Amino acid sequence: MKLVTCLKEVPARDTRYEINAQGTGIRDSDLTFEISECDEYSLEESLRLREKHGGEVIILTLGPQRAEKSIRKGLAMGADRGILVKDEEGKLTTPHAVAKVLAEVLKQEEYDLILTGTQSDDWSYAQTGVLLAEFLGLPHATIVMEIGVDPAQKTVKALREMESGWFQRVELPMPAVLTIQAGISQIRYASLKGIMQAKKKELRNIELSELKVDLSSLPEIEVLKVYFPEAEKKAEILQGAPETVVEELVERLRKEAKVL
Amino acid sequence: MKIYVLIDHGNGEIRVPSLESLTLGQRMAEEAGCSLHALLLGHKIQPLAERIASQKVESVLLVEDQKLADYDPDVYCQALSQILTEDQPYLLLMAHIYQNIDLAPKLAAVISKGLVTDCIGYRKEADSFIFVRQMFRNRLNAEVQIRSEHPWIVTMQVGATSVDDLTEGSAQVVERSVDLSAVELRRKPLEAFEATKGKVDLSQAELIVAVGRGIKKAENLKIIEELAEVLGAEIAASRPVVDSEWLTRDRQIGSSGQTVTPRLYVACGISGAIQHIVGMKNSDCIVAINTDPNAPIFNIATYGIVGDLFEIVPALTKKLQEAKG
Ligand SMILES: Cc1cc2nc3c(=O)[nH]c(=O)nc-3n(C[C@H](O)[C@H](O)[C@H](O)COP(=O)(O)OP(=O)(O)OC[C@H]3O[C@@H](n4cnc5c(N)ncnc54)[C@H](O)[C@@H]3O)c2cc1C
Ligand SMILES: Nc1ncnc2c1ncn2[C@@H]1O[C@H](COP(=O)(O)O)[C@@H](O)[C@H]1O
Repeated sequence: MKLVTCLKEVPARDTRYEINAQGTGIRDSDLTFEISECDEYSLEESLRLREKHGGEVIILTLGPQRAEKSIRKGLAMGADRGILVKDEEGKLTTPHAVAKVLAEVLKQEEYDLILTGTQSDDWSYAQTGVLLAEFLGLPHATIVMEIGVDPAQKTVKALREMESGWFQRVELPMPAVLTIQAGISQIRYASLKGIMQAKKKELRNIELSELKVDLSSLPEIEVLKVYFPEAEKKAEILQGAPETVVEELVERLRKEAKVL
Repeated sequence: MKIYVLIDHGNGEIRVPSLESLTLGQRMAEEAGCSLHALLLGHKIQPLAERIASQKVESVLLVEDQKLADYDPDVYCQALSQILTEDQPYLLLMAHIYQNIDLAPKLAAVISKGLVTDCIGYRKEADSFIFVRQMFRNRLNAEVQIRSEHPWIVTMQVGATSVDDLTEGSAQVVERSVDLSAVELRRKPLEAFEATKGKVDLSQAELIVAVGRGIKKAENLKIIEELAEVLGAEIAASRPVVDSEWLTRDRQIGSSGQTVTPRLYVACGISGAIQHIVGMKNSDCIVAINTDPNAPIFNIATYGIVGDLFEIVPALTKKLQEAKG
């Protein structure tokens, strides 16, 4: 089975974000980066499917050179090879353009399943996977929490998460695109051996300019500005050392809110 | 100029998030001098269309087809793309519910039009609209402009608009037909089920201590258990805690978990992402304990403590134990 995981590198969860000079994004310098949460789950799921059915796991990333680090991490976890489409200046800023480029690269590859995240931890558009499916003419299922492949029938059963604890199982012919939800399985750590091996694995770089893809007619959306939301601050903030602040809290819960 | 709003439904009921979109549509149509039209797809849903016709809209477009009885991305996309291509509205609004997360990007690809997802509001500038949405783990807001031709497609975050402002009116139901004969079904629906049913039911809980990713690892849950015990409270969690299998799925609160309305909800190390908040915002009293003074949870909490849960929670437990004697 050939599995592709689309992996995006995003600013790490625990770093402080600062708005960039243009006010249209966050400052890249002094940030650490990591694999977007859903994508790490999607990679884990590809590895499990390969362990079950055999085959190959390919990581596909569009991003600047530094994203090689996240691809290497994925290779250390066990992926077979990686592809980085280099967009050093971050020219591609819309999900349409990103999906179009990913689709173009995948035209040169064979695959049975393409996994993406449900939504990225930076732009959070929740569009790229479904757009990619449509550009490749493939069926899709979104927000998937379980995958079962039938290699003989060339079908895949996907468990779609729905609202309020509901689920729906659907069956798709392969190849197909699934967008993966966090929590689908438990993510493994890279072993020392895996980290050593990852250094020798293939990581192909493709320049954006090498791809003959016409992005000029795609719909454009533009982020005009980003800003920290004005906090309405409804909460009454209690101040003081732990012992005094909890004392005040208990007092308030008893006398004011009357919930204790 | 026309604004369309997609009205979703299930089990013979109109979905509330669609009424939120309709409310927003009414406001936008008024401000921009557009006409507002509701769009319903389905089978045997005339009564639902009639119900929407009693709201302030110019018309209700009803597309009835047996093939639309249940949601399928290929069929629904075909129906919508035909309507949008024929009618060329300025904008199609839809709710950012799971079904439309599955559908909207496909529609945007098929008709090659711009889509902005999960918006929390909009701003009118000159004779155009700019949409506001959250980015970067809900920590930043962004203003987004669609630069391509109409129709634009916009999905609205659940709960972002209050239906209190929904205005009544009276409109005609107009039946529309679409040609679905060429659509090939690829996605076969199998079973649907409610996973948490019959397990832990938190909906009746009076007191809840909820824990988020701030707890860092499963071994640390002990301090949460101790607080819950002295309060006689149930334990609940945000999604990452459950995804990491530190607690079971039936304790998850939020859009993909349970909805609760306790007297007291103590949120420890929870940032307050919208998907969590929709499940607990109607609690009588919310206490938030978080090291980040800018965490969105403080915007909906009654009392907030900016501090380390590893200090605050044990101190609170101790205080409550002393008070009990
Ligand atoms: C389709 C979909 C459905 C979803 N459904 C749900 C759902 O049903 N329920 C849900 O909860 N989420 C859901 N999510 C995920 C949601 O978007 C958030 O990612 C999640 O709620 C974040 O959980 P958290 O607040 O525990 O973690 P984080 O956002 O990582 O926040 C952790 C918080 O802990 C604080 N903290 C860290 N250390 C300490 C300390 N020592 N003391 C005090 N505070 C500390 C940090 O400041 C931070 O605010 C869903 C997402 C998607 C895309
Ligand atoms: N630049 C990228 N490179 C690789 N995959 C991407 C990229 N952008 C988005 N994706 C994939 O698409 C998913 C959804 O992204 P988004 O539409 O931005 O929410 C991500 O979780 C990734 O799996």
